[in-house]
This record gives sequence, C-alpha cells and structure tokens, in this order.
Amino acid sequence: MAKMLTFRPINLGRRIVWGGYALLLALAPLVFDSGTSLSLLSQVGTVTIACLSYNMLLGQGGMLSFGHAVYSGLGAFVAIHALNLAAGGSLPLPVTLVPLVGGLAGMAFGVIFGYVTTRKAGTTFAMITLGIVELVFACSLMFPQFFGGEGGISGNRVIGEPFLGISYGPQLQVYYLIAFWLFVSTAAMFAFTQTPLGRIINAVRDNPERAEFIGYDTHKVRYLTLILSAFFAGISGGLAAINFEIVTAENVSAARSGALLLFTFIGGVGFFFGPILGALMCVFLTVMLSDFTKAWQLYVGLFFIAIVVFAPGGIAGILALHLRVAKHGMYARIWTPLWRVVLAALVMLTGAFACIEMLYHRSLESANGTTMKLFGLQVDTAAALPWVAAVALLGAGTALFAATRPAFAEAWGRANGEIEELARRGA
Amino acid sequence: MEFTLITLLNGLSYGLLLFMLSSGLTLIFSMMGVLNFAHASFYMFGAYFAYAISSKIGFWPALLLAPPLVGVLGALVERYGLRAVHKYGHIHELLFTFGLSYVMVELVQLIWGRAAVPYAIPKELDGPLFTLYTTTFPMYRGFMMLIALLMLVSTWLLLTRTRIGLVIQAALTHPDMAEALGHNVPRVFMLVFGGGCALAGLAGVIGGNAFVTEPGMAATVGSIVFVVVVVGGMGSLAGALLASLLIGIVQTFAVALDHSLADLLARLGAAPTPDTFGYPVLTLTISQVAPILPYLLLVLVLIFRPRGLLGRREG
Repeated sequence: MAKMLTFRPINLGRRIVWGGYALLLALAPLVFDSGTSLSLLSQVGTVTIACLSYNMLLGQGGMLSFGHAVYSGLGAFVAIHALNLAAGGSLPLPVTLVPLVGGLAGMAFGVIFGYVTTRKAGTTFAMITLGIVELVFACSLMFPQFFGGEGGISGNRVIGEPFLGISYGPQLQVYYLIAFWLFVSTAAMFAFTQTPLGRIINAVRDNPERAEFIGYDTHKVRYLTLILSAFFAGISGGLAAINFEIVTAENVSAARSGALLLFTFIGGVGFFFGPILGALMCVFLTVMLSDFTKAWQLYVGLFFIAIVVFAPGGIAGILALHLRVAKHGMYARIWTPLWRVVLAALVMLTGAFACIEMLYHRSLESANGTTMKLFGLQVDTAAALPWVAAVALLGAGTALFAATRPAFAEAWGRANGEIEELARRGA
Repeated sequence: MEFTLITLLNGLSYGLLLFMLSSGLTLIFSMMGVLNFAHASFYMFGAYFAYAISSKIGFWPALLLAPPLVGVLGALVERYGLRAVHKYGHIHELLFTFGLSYVMVELVQLIWGRAAVPYAIPKELDGPLFTLYTTTFPMYRGFMMLIALLMLVSTWLLLTRTRIGLVIQAALTHPDMAEALGHNVPRVFMLVFGGGCALAGLAGVIGGNAFVTEPGMAATVGSIVFVVVVVGGMGSLAGALLASLLIGIVQTFAVALDHSLADLLARLGAAPTPDTFGYPVLTLTISQVAPILPYLLLVLVLIFRPRGLLGRREG
C-alpha cells in the first residue's frame, strides 16, 4: 500500500498565541508581586474561568442565563466540604485536585437543573434560570448544615505535608494553582468550540428550527453544553473556595450571577477571548472603583448600558473592528475624528463623574461635613462654584460630543462600508 | 376558621398587589416581546415618588400623580433607550433593562439615601376595616384590594372596549398591518411600555407604605413577579391574575403554618430521630419552606405544563 500523504502545516499563529498566554500567566506575578496585586490576579483567574464557561452558554449557545452562579457556587460549597474532609483525614485528596471536585459537583448540578432549564431557549430560559438561582439561594438558609447559614463554610487550604515544597500557604502558590487550572480550562473550552457539539450549538443558537431539521434535538444539544459549562463553572468555584478559604450563600446568589453576565457581556460574547478581557477589566474596575467611590455600581451599570446600546460586541468587538480598519490601512482616515470624539467624551465623562460624586456625597455623607476630595482637589459641596464647574464641564462635553460625533460616525461608517465591500468582492 | 379566613384575605390582597405588578409586565411582554427586567424598579420608583409627593402635599395627590410620573419615565426609557437596541433583538432588550435595573436602584440611593424612608399609611385609611371573630382586618388592605380590582376592570375595559384598546390589540397581533393602516405602531409601543410602567408605579404607591419603602424593595418582589408571569403563561393577562392569586395565597398560608414532615410522621406513630435518613429535610417546617414555594411552583409548571397555566403558545 502506498504511503498516505498527509498535509499538516504548523499552525504558528496558534502556537504563538497559546504560548504567549501561558507565558503571560507565568510571568504576571513576577511583575505584579505585591500582596494586593497577587490576590487580585488570583481573583481575576477564577472569575475568568467562570466568565469563559458562561460564554459557552451566552456567546456560543445564545442562552442568556441569570443563574450561572448556581453551578460555580454549589461547586465551591462541595469543594470546601471536600477540603475540610481531606483536612480531617477522611478523604485522601490533594488540594491540587480540589477544583476538579468542584467541577464534578457543578457538572452534577448541571445535570439536574439543566434538564429543566434547557427545555426552553431565549427569554423563557432566562426566566427559568432566574427562578433556579432564587430557589437555590432560598435553600441556602434552609439547610445550614450544608450552606453554613449566614456565616458560610470556612476551611483551611494548608493541609497535610508539603509536597515538593508546595503547601498552598503563600498566595503565590495559590496563584500558580489558579493559573494552571485557568490555562487548562481555557484550552479545554477552546477545544470544545472545535468539536461537533461546539459547532452544532452555534447552529442551535442561530436557527434552532433548521438544526432540528438536520436531525439534532435542540434540547439535548443545549443540555449537553450546559452540563459542560457547569463543569468549568464548578472548577472556578473550587478555585475560589481554595483562594478565599470561605464560601458563603452569596456565592450562589442572583447578584453573583448578574455580575458574571455583566463581566462577560462587557468583554464581548462574540469572541472566544472576550470574556477574558471582560473578567480582567471588570475585576480591576470593581476592586479599584469600590476603593475610590461609593457610586461604583452606578458606573458599572451605566457602562454596561453603554456597551449594550453602542457596542453590542463588547470590548472584544470594538478591538476587532479597530484592528480590521487598521489592517486595511484606513486608520489614517478615521484617526482625526476619532481623537476629537474621544476627547469630547472624556470632558463629558469628567463632568458627569464630578456631578455624580458630589450628589452622592451630599445625599449619603453630608453628616461628615460638606467638603470632599475630588480629582485631588478639596471641594465644598455646599458652595455653588464646584457645581457650576461640574455642570459646565458636563454641558460643554455633551455639546462637543454632539458636534464631533457625526463626523466620526460618517468616517467610521464609510471605512467599514468599504471594507465590507472589499470582503464581498473578494468572496 | 378564623385563621383560614383572615389568611385567605391577606393572601388575596398580596396576590392582587402581585397582579398589579405582573399585569404591566405581561402586557409589555405580549406586545413587544420584551421582558422588562427593570419592571420592579419602576414599582420602587412609584413608591419613592409617592413618598416624596405625599410628604409635601398629601397621600391622595400622590396616588394620582406618582403613577403618571412613572409612566412618563417608562415612556422616555422606551423612546430613547429600548428603541435604540430593538434592532439587535430581544436578548439585547432584556440586557438593556437588566442594566437599567442596576442604575435605577443606584439612582434611588443617590436621591433618597440607603435607609428605608418613612412612607406611612394616610390617617384616613389607618385603622381596622372590620373584625372577624377576634382578628381585625386593616382598612388599608381593603383599600389595596379595591384599587387593584378597579385597575383590573379599567385595564380590561380599556383594552377591549375603546378605540385605543383595539389599536393596541391590532398592533399586538399584526404590527405590519396596523402600521399599513396608518397607526403609529412605535408610538403605540411607547404608550404600552409607559402604561405598563405606570401600573407598576401604582402598585408602588399603594404597596410602598403597606410594606417598606427601601432600595431593596425592587429585588424582593422582582423575581416573584417573573415567576408569576411565567407560571401564568407568558403574555396572558388572565393567567397572570390566576398565578398572582395562587402565589399570594400559597405564600401567605405557608409562612403561617408551623408543621413539618416530622410532625406528620410522629402523628402516624413513626417519629423520626436525628439518625433517620434525611432528618434535616423532615424537620423543615412549612414556614421555613415558604420562600422557595414560588420557585418550586415555577419548576413544576415548566416540567408539566411548559406554556404556563393559561398560556396559549409555547416557546
């Protein structure tokens, strides 16, 4: 028999991307080596896995879930119980594998809840998931043995003898554990998008009727995807349990699920790497903002609305569009209107920020005096001048924005129109 | 007997309040296909507007003024927010209202602070309506039921007996045809959205002082209202009424009952001990289970009757 000829090109681009990703994960703690940034990085890692798993539903399956924290949260609870059992000596389990326990637990709950939720798609699916998350959250107060009531369940990740010097006591070791699972999970979830199931779930998202006509049971496809997604969510929960050493009922709440939705959508659901960006940016933003201002939830909500209205592709979508323009060498044409509109928006946002901060100070902290710090300045909220300045900034910014936006919109629209025309002719 | 009657009445009044909330939601859903996630936030705004107005000029002007104010707010949201994302599809509209619910709760805290505000029942309505055996039934509960019933009847009359109601129904089933006949369908959508929000606002005006007016009040009823809409059948007004009454009565009875499976077994002569399998489940009392009952009902309905109690279509 003749030797079979096969063509296997080296996919250099993919190797560079994944190698760079691994390198980034490995080197990040060397650059950001303070205690705060390490714990922040660990948190980003766990949230990234959760957001990526959430995007398996929202981005790849078109399933808008309001209850994804159920799987990560219940995974976290089972993981911390497993950790406590292992610490007590009744379960021979290394800490390294505790996230896997969380993942299997999340998967088991996915099997149970997913059967009910995935019977429907679209808006009904969204409502059922909301019902499930409220159900589980209400249960958390009914079963204090498992959920630990108000105080939650706490554990200790340093158990047994150190293995090769790894005890998981120092935060750095926990970070590397998280980074390891993050890399493995990211690779596995990317591999999922290349499997037949990962492909057909896209078809079920885009046109369920046709997917049924070519012989696929849409319920089954959604169900299987949800089970796998719940597995990765559970891994993220297990890592969070190790990282924080405490799991409370808040981990299974609707608020936590909503945060996952916000983060993933802000990152961009249309791209595989979107949720990574979203998790990175939003965890930083929420941690930083909540230090700086009491109004951070308002900013996050407004930012989310702005993304929904103006950039439904999320940050990843914005990046991809800009890259496309740059690739076709048309950036010079949109550059001038772009910086003008960005500058105008910055002025507008500064004014809005000042107004909101002073309003917050007036209504919530007026008991502690009327002065506050704003942009490094001492500001008296009882005086008229700061208000006039803030409102003037806001007004001027809005006027500038309204004046510069049409030119940008036109240049942007024309450049993208030409690119699409080129793509059509090429095809 | 006394307990049953009073609890039934309380359940009815709670159920009717739920219906006021869910009717607007289901109306908006059946017309525009949008599940307004921020619906409960409009309820909260109704309560806060009523508090602000009633502290200046009294409760009765507030009852008249606050719902239209909330309605205008809702219409503005539809005109300048929802309409812009309409082209991206229903999921984006849902996401928009989801973001809106975050912003609205923060706005309330920005204006009125984080603590509950003292929004009290007006003096004219403070007091017992009648006494049943030994328990008194508050006049305000009766007032709530009256308002809810009036609203139910007037909404039904508006939708079935007036010209605008006919246009709404036409736009609901055949939007293109209604538009071709010269009706401004986007404006009808705006009106319906504003009207639905006004109904939520009305519920806020009379619910805010019966319960507590605080920034968390939207979250406490929010998910229950969705349960009502799904259980009743998406888009069915009669189903919403049935489901609200069902959930209102079941929940009111459940929180008042202090029995558990263990009690039942003990009465049957098989008292469980802490060693019995599933002992924590057996000792749960009905009142402890009460918070999960609506969600349990939701799951059961979806398994056995996926289109809801009175829903016509599936999907």
